[in-house]
Amino acid sequence: MSASVTTSRKWRKPPMIKNPLMRWALISASLIYLVLAFGSFDVNWARVYEGLDRGWTFILAFSHPDFASRWSDISDGMIESAIMTVTSTAFGILISIPIGLGAARNIAPLPVYIVCRGIIAISRALHEIIVAILLVAIFGFGPFAGFVTLSFATIGFLAKLLAEDIEDTDKSQAEAIKATGASWWQWVTYGIQPQVMPRLIGLSMYRLDINFRESAILGLVGAGGIGATLNTAFDRYEFDTAAAIIIIIIVVVMALEYLSGIIRARLQ
Amino acid sequence: MAVSTNLEGQKVWMVRDRDAQLKRWLIYFVSVAVVVYCWMIISDATTWFFVFDAPRIAADIGGRAMPPKWSYINELWEPLWDTINIATIGTVLSLIIAVPVAFMAARNTTPHQVFCRGPALLLIVSSRSINSLIWALLLVAIIGPGIFAGTIAIALRSIGFCAKLLYEAIEEIDEKQVEAITATGASRWQVMAYAIVPQIMPSFAGITVFRWDINIRESTVLGLVGAGGLGLQMSSSLNVLAWPQVSLIIFVIFIAVIISEMVSAKVRSAII
Amino acid sequence: MLHLNKLTKQYATGDKALTSVELEIPKGQVVALIGPSGAGKSTLIRCINRLVEPTSGTVTLNGKELTKLGSGALRQARRRMGMIFQEYALVERLTVMENVLSGRLGYVGFWRSFLRKYPQSDVDEAFRLLERVGLDHMADKRADELSGGQRQRVGIARALIQDPELLLVDEPTASLDPKTSRQIMRLICELCAERDLAAIINIHDVALAQMFVQRVIGLRFGEVVYDGPPDQLTPETLTEIYGEEDWEATIDKIDEEEDEAEQGAVA
Repeated sequence: MSASVTTSRKWRKPPMIKNPLMRWALISASLIYLVLAFGSFDVNWARVYEGLDRGWTFILAFSHPDFASRWSDISDGMIESAIMTVTSTAFGILISIPIGLGAARNIAPLPVYIVCRGIIAISRALHEIIVAILLVAIFGFGPFAGFVTLSFATIGFLAKLLAEDIEDTDKSQAEAIKATGASWWQWVTYGIQPQVMPRLIGLSMYRLDINFRESAILGLVGAGGIGATLNTAFDRYEFDTAAAIIIIIIVVVMALEYLSGIIRARLQ
Repeated sequence: MAVSTNLEGQKVWMVRDRDAQLKRWLIYFVSVAVVVYCWMIISDATTWFFVFDAPRIAADIGGRAMPPKWSYINELWEPLWDTINIATIGTVLSLIIAVPVAFMAARNTTPHQVFCRGPALLLIVSSRSINSLIWALLLVAIIGPGIFAGTIAIALRSIGFCAKLLYEAIEEIDEKQVEAITATGASRWQVMAYAIVPQIMPSFAGITVFRWDINIRESTVLGLVGAGGLGLQMSSSLNVLAWPQVSLIIFVIFIAVIISEMVSAKVRSAII
Repeated sequence: MLHLNKLTKQYATGDKALTSVELEIPKGQVVALIGPSGAGKSTLIRCINRLVEPTSGTVTLNGKELTKLGSGALRQARRRMGMIFQEYALVERLTVMENVLSGRLGYVGFWRSFLRKYPQSDVDEAFRLLERVGLDHMADKRADELSGGQRQRVGIARALIQDPELLLVDEPTASLDPKTSRQIMRLICELCAERDLAAIINIHDVALAQMFVQRVIGLRFGEVVYDGPPDQLTPETLTEIYGEEDWEATIDKIDEEEDEAEQGAVA
């Protein structure tokens, strides 16, 4: 080993993007974008300043939420939200399973695969509220439109994750079942289902939680649930009632999360 | 799994023993009963005539909505630009808050288990429980309609999401690297910068684009409550029942969401 | 130079990891710490630089008592104790050079370290050390691209750039193949000799320890049960440290292997 220590070699941290042209182009592009984006922000500061008072009132409202004066509206809305959540999650799971099977490339033939993936893509791309608007126009006001909306959204979520799970399953286990001479149904129930079942239950619990949160907004467009009550409360600037509703939502979500944590832990 | 002996002394094998099997059936029975009961309530609240009539109405609306009014696209460029800005700036703003909150919420970096971790977790769950549309509704009531309200709404909703995923990533880091940097005599902040931040960088980038992708989808509808973007056009078109415009807007939203999802998937796969 | 007095560590679970350990290590002495898993080897060296807080007893380095230091003074004391880890514990997503320079963190301020603006003298020293461990051409590689032996060399460079008086070495060879293990052990011992450093090396490979060190300490259930030169380790003492086993083979092996050990730590 030669001891030719070069004196004072400079060192700088190598940049993340090697090509300097690319690097500067990216940096300047992001800067230009930020300037343009903020430029198109037309904030009425006077209005914002005016609103700060109201915002403060709203925050204060959390220290004395008003559950009482609109309790019948709140409880009706919450019960409707809960009912929509339960039915749509149950129905969504039932439909998701065949669609999820169909969207898994390793077990479904190509045409079925394309159709199922198409359904999933549409369900995922359209926000629940858009679907709800269309369905309210078709079915009329009420929880039925909300139920269909949430079921449809559940399909996009659950079927996609289920399909990915099935595609990731251990091939050797599935092959071992096939080698026994099992039929397609036997193969799915013995070779695939045990592998994906725990995660499917976990995901369903998670979706129950999401559906409850989403059900809180469907009321805005007349599709049932607590959202309508909340909207009215905001419209009338009844922040005490709004705070009460929001607190209930947060508590229910926390409870659901806790519950699903327990169930998932027991499945492991 | 259970093996028992029946009266004739033969071994009988069942997947589960009797108690477990009964319990299982009970759970199934209760679940089905709850779902059926809920369904009956919905069914009572539904005017079934409308539902049976639905195919005809759907066909009617579909007929009126097709073909989309393509010329209307020229009025959509600006709302589309606003929608993207709401999502992007909202994501950036939320990260500014979410990063410190995540460090306070992670067991291994929190300054205090009760006084810092508790409030941080409460903030995360509150932010997550409230849909961005509700945040928008609230902000429109407080600071008036417009893009600004939408951006803040997106930011408020994203704080909980990003902070939750980020603090889980922080809790999963390799503690040995932290130990090694601590052993050099580094200060608390240096340990953070040298041992923790490099480890969570990939998840941070992944979470960011993932949430950005979701935010694009969410910001397309914020306009329905007056918070700017494509939803505003949608809402005004719906009010005058201009179905060809509605179908075009939905089409534009569809394309925007698909593109953002592709971008996000590409970026995430590049990071991992 | 390093003096441990009645050092005791009891974990919150009630397990007693160290019981009244007394130890005196003079300047420049390389000590191997042997003992079965769970004997408290790791706890002992972590109690010295207080990555683990000792329950009672004192640690004195050059006349300075370490167990009572506040956080600022503790950080200054830690600068003089380089540490080398079993799984290398490099920050995998940083470059080799950043990993080596992170040994200087105790000396530079936060913003200098954050912006990677280390003094030129630190950078020079880092290059010198990388050259000494044979990795100067790898300075800008990311740590996770290196092999196990290379990573441990970076870990050694990181410990040495702290300009320590004492090296705390935790199972340096446990994740390495036999040949690399020897090279790493030889490198550590050579560097200690060059710089007149004291070192405490936790090691489970008794033969490897005997090959390189001047003194062996055997730990069992948190107590020192052997303290002496490596060649006086007898099957009886090993039985006392580890429990009943046929030790003849372990000890015999050393004499043959000593000759074939080659020079040139850098492969």
